[in-house]
Parts: sequence; C-alpha cells; structure tokens
Amino acid sequence: MFQRWKESITPTDVVMWMIGGSLMLMVIWGSVATLAAGKYTGRHWIDFLIFGLAQGSIYALIATGYTMVYGVLKMINFAHGEVFMSGPFTAYFVADAMYRTDFLDTHPFIALAVVFIVAMAVSTMIAYFLEKIAYRPLRGAPRLIPLITAIGASFFLQYMFRGLYGSNFQAYPVFKIFEGSWMIFGIRILKFQVVVIVAAIVLMVALYSFIMLTRVGKAIRAVSEDKEASSLMGINVDAMVSTTFVIGGMAAGAAGVLYALMFKQVHFFMGFIPGIKAFTAAVLGGIGNIPGAMLGGIFLGLIESVGPSLFLDGLGIVAPYQLKDAIAFTMLVLVLIFRPTGIMGERLAVKKA
Amino acid sequence: MAMLEIEHLNTYYGHIHALRDVSITVEKGEIVTMIGANGAGKSTMLKTTSGLLRPRTGTIQLEGEELTRLAPHTIVTKGVVQVPEGRRIFGQLTVMENLDMGAFTCRDGGRIQKNLDRVFDLFPRLKERSKQVAGTLSGGEQQMLAMGRALMAEPRLLLLDEPSMGLAPVLVDSIFDTISRLNNAGTTILLVEQNARMALQVASRGYVLQTGQIVLSDSAENLASNEMVRRAYLGE
Ligand SMILES: Nc1ncnc2c1ncn2[C@@H]1O[C@H](COP(=O)(O)OP(=O)(O)O)[C@@H](O)[C@H]1O
Ligand SMILES: [Mg+2]
Repeated sequence: MFQRWKESITPTDVVMWMIGGSLMLMVIWGSVATLAAGKYTGRHWIDFLIFGLAQGSIYALIATGYTMVYGVLKMINFAHGEVFMSGPFTAYFVADAMYRTDFLDTHPFIALAVVFIVAMAVSTMIAYFLEKIAYRPLRGAPRLIPLITAIGASFFLQYMFRGLYGSNFQAYPVFKIFEGSWMIFGIRILKFQVVVIVAAIVLMVALYSFIMLTRVGKAIRAVSEDKEASSLMGINVDAMVSTTFVIGGMAAGAAGVLYALMFKQVHFFMGFIPGIKAFTAAVLGGIGNIPGAMLGGIFLGLIESVGPSLFLDGLGIVAPYQLKDAIAFTMLVLVLIFRPTGIMGERLAVKKA
Repeated sequence: MAMLEIEHLNTYYGHIHALRDVSITVEKGEIVTMIGANGAGKSTMLKTTSGLLRPRTGTIQLEGEELTRLAPHTIVTKGVVQVPEGRRIFGQLTVMENLDMGAFTCRDGGRIQKNLDRVFDLFPRLKERSKQVAGTLSGGEQQMLAMGRALMAEPRLLLLDEPSMGLAPVLVDSIFDTISRLNNAGTTILLVEQNARMALQVASRGYVLQTGQIVLSDSAENLASNEMVRRAYLGE
C-alpha cells in the first residue's frame, strides 16, 4: 500500500507540494505576525468580513451561471462576465434618467425594482442569444472549439457595449435610502452592504429551490447528467439548455445591479475581473455543483477581503489590499493543482460512482 | 393498421452503413423481438425509431402517423418510449425524481399519480427506495427504475434495449415476467435482446438482425426451432 503510494509520486508532485507548503507557511507566518502587531482592531476585522460577505455573495450569484452552464454543456462560458456587465450597464441609463427627474429619490423602491428588471432582462437576453447564436451550432464539436468561441464572444460583447455606450466609467446614481449605516446586533453595518447580502441570499435560495424542486429544475439536472436519456423522457434538451442560460443570465443581471450598488460605477470592461473571480469560485466549489459555486463565491469574497490584511500585512508588504486579486488567482491555481474537483468535489465524485 | 410500421430503413454512422434496408412491423398488442449478435445494429434500430439517429432513407409510422425525422422528445409524446441499453437512469437524482422525469410530458397530476401507483405496484422495491439517490441502487433495481420511468410516460409502444443485460439469472426471469405482465395489461412491446432464448419465450414473433440486415422473420416458435437460430443464437 505504502509502496504503491511511494511509486506514484513524481518529482513534479514534490515540487508542487513544496510550493503549496511554503505558501501555507507564508500565510500562517503572515497571519501570526499581523495579529501579534495588533494593528487592526476587532472593528476592522468585522468590516473586512462584512465587505467580503457582500462581495462574495455577488461572486456567488455570478458563479451559479458558470456552474449551471458547465452542468448542461460541459463548457466554460467565458462570456458570462459580459452577460453580467450588459444588464447593469444598460440599466444605468434608466437609473440616470430616473435620477435626473427626481423619481429615484421620491420613489426609491420602485426605481430600484425598475433597475433590477431592466438589468435582469438585458442580461437574460444576452445570455439567451449568446447560447442560441454562438454555442448551439457548435454542440457536439470538440470541447476546445466552444471554449475559444466563448472567449471570442466575450470580446465581441465587450466591444459591442463599448460601441453602444462608450468607453467611459459611468457613475451610478446613488440610492439615498441605502446610504449610511444600521446598527445590527451592536455592529454598525453599511446599509447598501446589508441590501446586497440580503438580496443575494434571497436570489440564491430562489434559484436553488427552482433547480431542486420544480419540474423544469429537475429536467435541467437530468439534462446535465445524460442528454440522450433526457430526450428519451420527452425532455426538450435545447429548451432546457436555453432555460439554463436564462436562469444564469437573470442571476448575473441581478448580481450586476448589486455590484453597481456597491461600487457605484459601470464600464464596458467591468465584467472581466468579477467574471474570472466567479469562475474561480465555481472551480473552488467543484464546477457543476450549484451549492458549491455559492459557497465558493462567498469563501472567495471573504478571503479576498480579509486575506490581504491578515496574510500579507504581517509580512511587511505595503498596501496589501492591492494584492487581493493575486490572492484570488493564487487560490485558483492552487485548487486546480491540488484539488481539481473543488472543495465540494468529493461528494460529487462519490455520488457519481 | 400496424402499431409500428418501419419500411426500408437505412441508417449510417458517417460511412458505416449500420442499418441496411430494414423493414419491420409490430401489430398492436404484440411482443415482437429482434435478436442479433453484439454489433448487429439492434440499438441503432431503436435509436432511429426514437429519433436519436436520423435515417438516410426509409419511413417510420406509428398507427399511420409519420414519425420519421421528428425530434426524440416529440416522438415520446406520440407514445413511443424507449428503455435504452445500459438503463441510463439519472444517477444523481432520487428514484422519485427519475420517475418524475418519466412523467415529464404529462401535466395532469391525477394521471401522474395513477401511473405512479401502477409503477409502485409493479416494482414495490422502488417505493421503498423512492427517496434514495438512484446511483446507489443495485443493477436489478436500476433496471426496474429504468422501466418504471418509461412507464410513467404512458407508452403505447415500449422499446426495450437488452433489458436483461448484466443481470443475475433470477433477475432476468423476473424482468421477462414483468415484460409479459406489461404486455397483458395492453402495452405493445418491441424487445431487442441478445438473450434469444428468453426473448423468444415471451415474444409472439421475431426478427433476426445480422450486420444491419434482417435475415429471418417468423413466429417465435418457428425461430426457436430454426436450425440457424439454434446454432447461432441459442448455442445448441
Ligand atoms: N456512435 C457510433 N459511431 C460509429 N459506429 C457506431 C456507433 N454506434 C454503433 N456503431 C456501429 O454500428 C454497428 C451497430 O451497432 P449497435 O446498433 O450498437 O449494435 P447492437 O446494439 O446490435 O449491439 C456496430 O458495428 C457499431 O460498431
Ligand atoms: Mg446494443
């Protein structure tokens, strides 16, 4: 047993484990040093956690789209970040018009609902047509081909929206009712962060219930497992694939509005980084696994928010917060190397067996 | 009018000519079997009937209605339901969810419940395991589930692709017993098998398929006593 194990270790494994081990050591060293220095108070850590939770729930919503599409088509829809961008970028013009006419301040909830509806509708449409036009004709082609197409579609959409709406950063109008903070359990929390977290949780519960409990949701899961057997049950596979893109598009559009509430600006390139982060989250959670993607997103948001101060500050790195993307992508690489099935992947593998 | 009327069917995989001018008829209320060695084209035949493969030429009619070139999910709504080779149950869904998928085309809750009662009556084992993830079922239970799932779709014509494959002898008997019972209850069945002995016992007529061609067609008794069939398929 031990002998077999020993034989299966290659020099690459050893190097990889050494890299992993030293990173681990760095993280522990940095954390201990940071905490010992006592530069940050409990108050700071709570702020980091709540910001991370809000950011992470946005990643989580986007990540469900990656993971569901992977489920039904076994492809990574690299244009999903642009699906996320298209909705809030379009809704910006509606929000801005409402802001100029004072409607946004006099009827903030109706205005917010309108922004959500417009953003979700646009993202959904983009996702729907993306599948229909770019991916459907390639069904059954070797796996690399739809992947390259997705990257092409991503650029196409970015520059299409740049052409439509210009290349400036647009400042999203601020909802005054979400400014300021609330005291919750004796903790002061920024209102918009509460809105983001609560809205994201509500949407994720709705999405998960849809997939688990409804007739169409079950059919989507059936199609994810076996398209041919599904069609022999009378399930229209193409319709289920479309539905999957529609659900992913709705979630991405809503995530885009939450992103705009949080960061208060939109831009044609805004989908790129959150898109890759959400992809990372989906891989972390085990691609194809919906609760995994949600947890992966929240986990990534937390690590990104707490990590720079916790791991890096103690190592004497200046302005560690600028390295948050590096932390996220280091995690992606580590997961791909050490646990390609993702954190929750084991259960999936067991279920398949 | 015949339940299923297939005429001059030719199906290709690229350049491979897998079905050569196949014509078969299944009358209402019959069990018809198609026997043939591994690779003869039996699965290709059922896949073409179900719409998973497009024939290059030929026609498929169900009680006079044209099925040729309809999409697989549309063919199911016409009443042609297939239990594919290797069962192909949804391993990550529960037993109950698998049965729900069988009922996908039916929107009438009362009828779904009636069909479910019938399936549980036929396979009490599935009722006990209804909340279990289907991938954890034994081979025999999975075959029951595959058949139960198909029955939820209310087939007029049931296509069975090697239902006895990989099962222990006791289970083989019970599966063929179930096939007879379903037929007695009014379901027309086209049964594809390598287990010619059992298939010819339950069927009334049969076809012998060899490298994509029908080489024999006769009543089940005559086939069972046919010299060529006995040598090639009954191992005598
Ligand atoms: N997907 C495929 N691509 C190419 N050839 C195939 C494919 N499936 C089956 N065949 C070929 O078609 C012939 C018939 O196969 P099949 O219908 O599966 O036979 P059976 O079910 O009788 O064992 C075989 O020669 C097989 O190799
Ligand atoms: Mg076969």
